[in-house]
Order: sequence, then C-alpha cells, then structure tokens
Amino acid sequence: MYKVVKRRQLADIITLLEVEAPEVAKKAQPGEFVIVRQNEESERIPLTIMDFNRDKGTITIVIQEVGYSSNLITRMQEGDSFVTFVGPLGQATEIENYGTVLCIGGGVGVAPVHPIARGLKEAGNKVISILGARTKDLLILEDEMRAVSDEVIITTDDGTYGMKGFVTHGIQSVLDQGIKVDAIWAIGPVVMMKSVANFTRPLGIKTIVSMNPVMVDGTGMCGACRLDVGGETKFACVDGPEFDGHKVDFDLAMKRSAFFKNEEAVAYGKVKCQCAKEGK
Amino acid sequence: MASKAPRHDMPCQDPIVRGKNFSEVALGYTVETAAEEAKRCIQCKKPKCVEGCPVGVDIPQFINKIAEGEHLEAASILKGKNTLPAICGRVCPQESQCEAQCILGVKGEPVAIGRLERFAADYEMANGTSKLEKATPSGKKVAVIGAGPAGLTCAAELARKGHAVTVLEALHVAGGVLMYGIPEFRLPKAIVQKEINSLKDMGVEILVNQVVGKVTSVQELLANGYDAVFIGTGAGLPYFMKIPGENYNGVYSANEFLTRSNLMKAYDFPNHATPIKVGEQVAVLGGGNVAMDAARTALRLGAKDVYIVYRRSMTELPARVEEVHHAEEEGIQFKILTNPIAINGDENGNVKSMTCLKYELGEPDASGRRRPVAIEGSEFDLPVQTVVVSIGQGPNPLVTTTTAGLELNKWGNIVADETTMATSIPGVYAGGDIVTGAATVILAMGAGKTAAASIDAYLMTN
Ligand SMILES: Cc1cc2nc3c(=O)[nH]c(=O)nc-3n(C[C@H](O)[C@H](O)[C@H](O)COP(=O)(O)OP(=O)(O)OC[C@H]3O[C@@H](n4cnc5c(N)ncnc54)[C@H](O)[C@@H]3O)c2cc1C
Ligand SMILES: Cc1cc2nc3c(=O)[nH]c(=O)nc-3n(C[C@H](O)[C@H](O)[C@H](O)COP(=O)(O)OP(=O)(O)OC[C@H]3O[C@@H](n4cnc5c(N)ncnc54)[C@H](O)[C@@H]3O)c2cc1C
Ligand code: SF4
Ligand code: SF4
Ligand code: FES
Ligand SMILES: [Mg+2]
Repeated sequence: MYKVVKRRQLADIITLLEVEAPEVAKKAQPGEFVIVRQNEESERIPLTIMDFNRDKGTITIVIQEVGYSSNLITRMQEGDSFVTFVGPLGQATEIENYGTVLCIGGGVGVAPVHPIARGLKEAGNKVISILGARTKDLLILEDEMRAVSDEVIITTDDGTYGMKGFVTHGIQSVLDQGIKVDAIWAIGPVVMMKSVANFTRPLGIKTIVSMNPVMVDGTGMCGACRLDVGGETKFACVDGPEFDGHKVDFDLAMKRSAFFKNEEAVAYGKVKCQCAKEGK
Repeated sequence: MASKAPRHDMPCQDPIVRGKNFSEVALGYTVETAAEEAKRCIQCKKPKCVEGCPVGVDIPQFINKIAEGEHLEAASILKGKNTLPAICGRVCPQESQCEAQCILGVKGEPVAIGRLERFAADYEMANGTSKLEKATPSGKKVAVIGAGPAGLTCAAELARKGHAVTVLEALHVAGGVLMYGIPEFRLPKAIVQKEINSLKDMGVEILVNQVVGKVTSVQELLANGYDAVFIGTGAGLPYFMKIPGENYNGVYSANEFLTRSNLMKAYDFPNHATPIKVGEQVAVLGGGNVAMDAARTALRLGAKDVYIVYRRSMTELPARVEEVHHAEEEGIQFKILTNPIAINGDENGNVKSMTCLKYELGEPDASGRRRPVAIEGSEFDLPVQTVVVSIGQGPNPLVTTTTAGLELNKWGNIVADETTMATSIPGVYAGGDIVTGAATVILAMGAGKTAAASIDAYLMTN
C-alpha cells in the first residue's frame, strides 16, 4: 500500500519521496494534490503532487518538516508505506500558451511549481523561473527547474546564492530587461504570495497563487479550507488550490492557518522529545 | 399473553458522568427487560407499526421471538428486511416511524420497538454465528459509489444475488455519516465496522481512498467492465449561514467539527494527531440531529456552556426526541426563537461573540410550521468562542458534475425514479441523501435496497 520507493534529502528539513500510487498517477495533473496519512493515528494532511510517473505508477512529493505530521513523513524510509494516499484532488492548473510566464517558487514551494513550469513549457510558453530561499542550503530542485525553464533566477534572503533579496526583486529584474510578462504562478509561504500579488496588482499581470489552508477531507465535505476570494467564500480543496492572487484575502488566510497553533505545538513537542530519547 | 406493564425505560449512563466521556449513552436492555417489553406487544393481526417502518420490518414476529427467548431467531427476522438492525435500533427516529403507529400508543405508550430491535441485533453480534450462504456468481459486476448506509445496503443486497460488487469510498474508512458524523456515544464505531466486516465476508470488495469524479468517473466505471453503477454519495456539502464573520477562527461546519472528533478521534488528541478546539462557550446553530450531536460533542470536549441556537420553538426541533431529551439532561442550553445575524471576532480573527435576534412565531409557512418572525429591537450579544454551523448539508458536486447526462434537480440532487431508483442514464442508479437531500439512515437503506432489486432485474435482462 502506497510504498515509498525512493527517498532523497533535498535540504536539511526538506525530503523528496516517490510513492507507489498507480491510480493517482494515472490521473494526476499539474496543480493537484494528495491527502495522506502516515499511520492509523495520523491526521490527514495535503501535499502537492510534485511529479507523476504514469508508467511506474508513482507520485513524487516534497515535504518540509514544520510540525508533527511532516516530521513523521520526512522520517519515512524506502520500503515504508502510507496508510492513506488519496487523490488527485483539487483543480488542475490551466495550462495554455500565454506567451511569457514567470514560475515563482519560494522555499518548499519550488516543488509544486515544478510540474506547472514543465506543463507551461510543453504548451509553448517562454518560462522564466524565479526560485527563492532564505539561504543557499535551503534552495531545492535547482537542476530540475533548469531542465523545464528557459531561464532561472535565484534569490536568497541573505545573498548566499544568486541575487540577494526576495522573489519580488527577481520579478523586478525581469521587468527591467523590458520583458513583457503575460502570467505569473507564485507558490510558497502565504506572505510571499501576498507580496507577489501586491507587487503585480498595480501592473495588471495575471497572478495565480496556490493556497495552503488547513484541510481535513479534501473533498469539499468539511469547509475547514475556506478562504475569502473576491468577497466570496471558496473551499480551497475543490475550488482551488489555485486562485487569482489579486482577489485572495491573504490576511484572513494567515489568521486561519494559525488557529490550531497551540495544539500543533503540543503534538510537535511530543515527537521531539521522543526523538531526543531515541537519540535522533 | 400481552402484559399491561408500562413501557420499559432504557438504562443510560448518568448524565453528569457521560458528559465527560465518549462511551455509549444508552446501555441497552437486559435479556429480562427485553422479554418484559416484548410481552407488551399485543401481536396485532394487522400491525400498524409495520406501516410506519420505511422498510417494512416484520415487527410483531421479531418481537414475539424475543418474548419466547429466541433472540437469534428475532435477529434473523429483522435482517430479512433490514440489513443493519443494530444501527437502526439506535438511530431511527422511531417516534415518527414504527412507534408512532403502534396501537398501544393510542391510549398509552407504544412498544419500544427500536430498543427491542437494538437488543436482538446486539444479542446476535455477541452470541450469534452468522451463517452466510454464498450465492452462485452471476458473472455481473456492479460499482457502488459511497459507503454510507445507502451504498452498503445496496452492496449487500446485490452480493446476496451473486453479483460481484465493488464499493468505492472517498474517505479512508467505510460507513459514511455513521462513521464521520454520528458520534461514538450514540453509535459505537465498532458496531458499524462489524456490519462492514460482514459485508466483506459476503465477498463485497470495499476500496477506500477513492474519490470518484477525480480518480475515476461513472462513465469510466461503465466502460471498464462494470455492468451497472449505484451512486450513494450522500449530502456531504456543508451549508453556511452567509452572515458576516463566518470565516473567523472558531467557526466550524458541523461536518468539520464532527469529522475531527469522530473519524479522526480528535477527542483523543494528541494520541490521535488531529487537533480540535472548543471555547468555554459554544453556540451550535440549528435544531436537528446534527446540531444535537455537535452540542453534546462540544460538551464532552470540555465546553462549559453549550447553546443550541434555533429559530423556531422546542416543538419544531427536527431532532429525534430521545436526543433532545439526552441533550437537556446533560445540560445543553436551548436558546430557541433566536437567530444569529453576525459573528464577531477579536483582532486575531478569533470568535468572541455572536449577535442574535429574538423571534416569535407567526402564521404557518409552506412547511406547515409557524413562521418565526424577528422581534424588532431584540438584538443581543451572546459571548461565545466557538460556533458550530449545523443548518444542513447539500449534495457534493464531485460525482454529479463529472457525469455527463445525469439529470439533477434545482438543488443539485440526482433525479431518480422513486420506485426503481433509476437515473437518467441507463444502468446508473442512485439513492439516499444524494437523491432526497439530508434524510435518515433507514430511508437511505430503503433506497439502496430498492435500487439493488432494480439493478438485479436490469442485469438479468441486459
Ligand atoms: C493544497 C496544499 C498543498 C500543500 N503542499 C505541500 C507540499 O507539497 N509540501 C509541504 O511541505 N507542505 C505542503 N502543504 C502544507 C502541509 O500540508 C503542512 O505543512 C502540513 O499539514 C503540516 O503538518 P504538521 O503536522 O507537520 O504541522 P503542524 O505543526 O500541525 O502545523 C504547522 C502549520 O501547517 C499548517 N497545517 C497544519 N495542519 C494542516 C492541515 N491539516 N492541512 C493543511 N495545512 C496544515 C498550518 O498552517 C500550521 O500552522 C500543502 C498544503 C496544502 C493545503
Ligand atoms: C451528525 C449527523 C447525525 C445524524 N443522525 C441521524 C439519526 O440519528 N438518525 C437517522 O436516521 N439519520 C441521522 N442522520 C442522517 C443520516 O446519517 C443520513 O441520512 C444517512 O447517512 C444518508 O446515507 P447515505 O448513504 O445516503 O449517505 P452518507 O452516509 O452521507 O454516505 C455517503 C458516502 O459517500 C462517500 N462519498 C461522497 N462523495 C464521494 C465520491 N465522490 N467518491 C466516493 N465516495 C464518496 C462519502 O464519503 C460517504 O462515505 C444524521 C446525519 C448526521 C450528519
Ligand atoms: S428499521 Fe427503524 S422504523 Fe423500522 S422497525 Fe426498525 S427502528 Fe422502526
Ligand atoms: S402495533 Fe404495537 S402492539 Fe401492535 S404489533 Fe405493532 S408493536 Fe405490537
Ligand atoms: S478540506 Fe474539507 S472542504 Fe476542503
Ligand atoms: Mg499537524
């Protein structure tokens, strides 16, 4: 059942897993996600499909450790299995030939941008990718992104690699070259997506963001994932996760994401002290 | 000889004690009480009670077997008409169905049919050896979408006829609302799983983690070797009030609240990793079974004051009488003739109160119930930190909108022939909440059964 067939450590706290899930692989499209449970006591958490191999019947996910469940998953080894791996969920990216597109990934957000960039490239777009990370060691999937982009710009907050600054500086540098940008995909922390949307709104450049609210079922049944988009309530799991970045209420999304902060700290504390005991 | 004894009470956990645990509230009749209650039935020649049961359980016959101490016989009579008696005995709204029609109810109290049904079913689970005759394979394959009571019943009936049945369920466990909605303290999950296991023993294949509409579609199932499809996807789409403040932290749909607690076992956090959070004051909006379940769950999760906020009066509450009674005993506070107009939050986006209006009852409306009318100037603030919206659910569009040619009504429910459950697509049948809108377990089961009979006829002629 949903066995991990390949594991790769991409950065200190970021892990890539290739997982056997033939039915999901058969249907997966860029922009979609899966919901997983590591074991019978686990919560259901959403992870973007980073890659799919229809012949091998596998799905690749990239996960960053931020708390209890992601810790469990990043510790999985080849041969370990998930008990739940359901998908593909959500609406696929609208891949067309837009002209010149920017594919922006911040942190672990580079992973979900990858299949979108590849799809857009295959559809004939000129793809310029901007990869942002706090520091050089946290930059992931650079080679993979180069393979599907016409050009790659790297920004690090501390200037240890590429351009010093944020992904918005990367956008500015593209515009400074006089390149006309037809559409932008930006995926990463909510603050990053918010600043990209704020940057492009006055310029009128179509900007798609992929939202990551708290989810439970991922099928439109619980409403946990609701967002305010243009004054309307949307369920990210079925209406999204991609939305027009110029319409999303990011501040509300950030507040909603923090709702279970205290409980999450309790759960994470539990696994941390367990690891300490085991000397991990 | 029928006894003149009064109706026997159901032994229950003490309200104070049970308000702090998730174990079953109603404890069930003993063999002695069951026999005594069974003897109250006068074995009517033309039993009215049967007319009140949507699946026509042979009520006097099974009750007679309990009176005679033949409990396994009683269970087998029940199962002739109702595949899930341990569940229906617990959750059927008996007071408006079988028991409403019982002749003894005219002058006194009706026979406790539901409690006796539960008794016989539980007895069989504990002592019985269910003998399964495997039917001769028909060579036909049927896909059932959704493992709620409608889908499970349809699957069981088809398997009995020898058809190969595969059930596709979106969640990681089968059972539908019986698993994710109705709480453990009202319907122990082990009972539901036992029923599901006996289905598997009959040879029904249950595939979980399959979201139809995404991973496959009705057309694909038909193209890939299934001879017929049954859709029993339920009413899983939560409605919200559309009032200001509904996206503040602390506002849950009943589905989210109950799914976290039941399916994901958040009441056992952090042993189970899914969190849930309730404030000291909790408002539950609505007056149905779902609202009662949410309110009583909130109480068990540690809330001090739990309010049912309902627009009409106590007599119009759509919940089962027993649930309202249990909720009152446990200290749930009923704020009737009250409706919220806004949810108010603090600077961090957390709920701090709800602005409500008081109502009075006016003229009867289309439903025959007196229409609640807002009282001018009655606005008041109710301090709460958690709001659970339980005002109803609609059909989830994942299957319906991905199935070309499937006729829907204006609310998005599937249109199915009442007598056959056939949809607008040949070979595709539907039943349960996806057709009727949110209804009851027994009606969903009845629809699953009807559909199975027509699917069987369809398979044998096509
Ligand atoms: C559509 C979608 C795609 C995603 N794709 C990826 C991905 O490809 N790689 C990746 O590393 N992360 C991804 N995430 C985020 C990932 O789901 C969360 O980081 C993870 O659930 C955290 O769980 P935890 O127990 O480790 O952390 P916790 O300590 O429990 O929570 C840390 C933070 O994670 C978020 N979170 C917590 N629970 C959930 C939940 N049930 N659903 C969503 N977010 C939650 C909250 O913002 C919370 O503050 C995605 C989220 C969504 C909605
Ligand atoms: C909290 C609560 C309390 C209730 N209390 C009572 C009560 O006391 N008595 C009573 O008689 N009734 C009660 N009801 C109503 C009763 O539970 C429902 O009427 C009944 O469960 C409907 O059965 P169903 O099979 O049509 O749908 P459901 O039970 O909703 O099952 C549908 C199943 O289909 C699955 N599904 C949905 N979409 C897909 C898809 N795309 N692919 C695959 N699977 C899918 C769902 O995950 C679910 O498992 C209650 C309901 C709730 C929510
Ligand atoms: S199935 Fe429900 S309505 Fe029918 S006899 Fe049993 S409890 Fe009564
Ligand atoms: S109507 Fe009442 S008394 Fe008559 S058979 Fe039914 S349960 Fe017994
Ligand atoms: S996660 Fe439950 S509705 Fe989106
Ligand atoms: Mg978590």
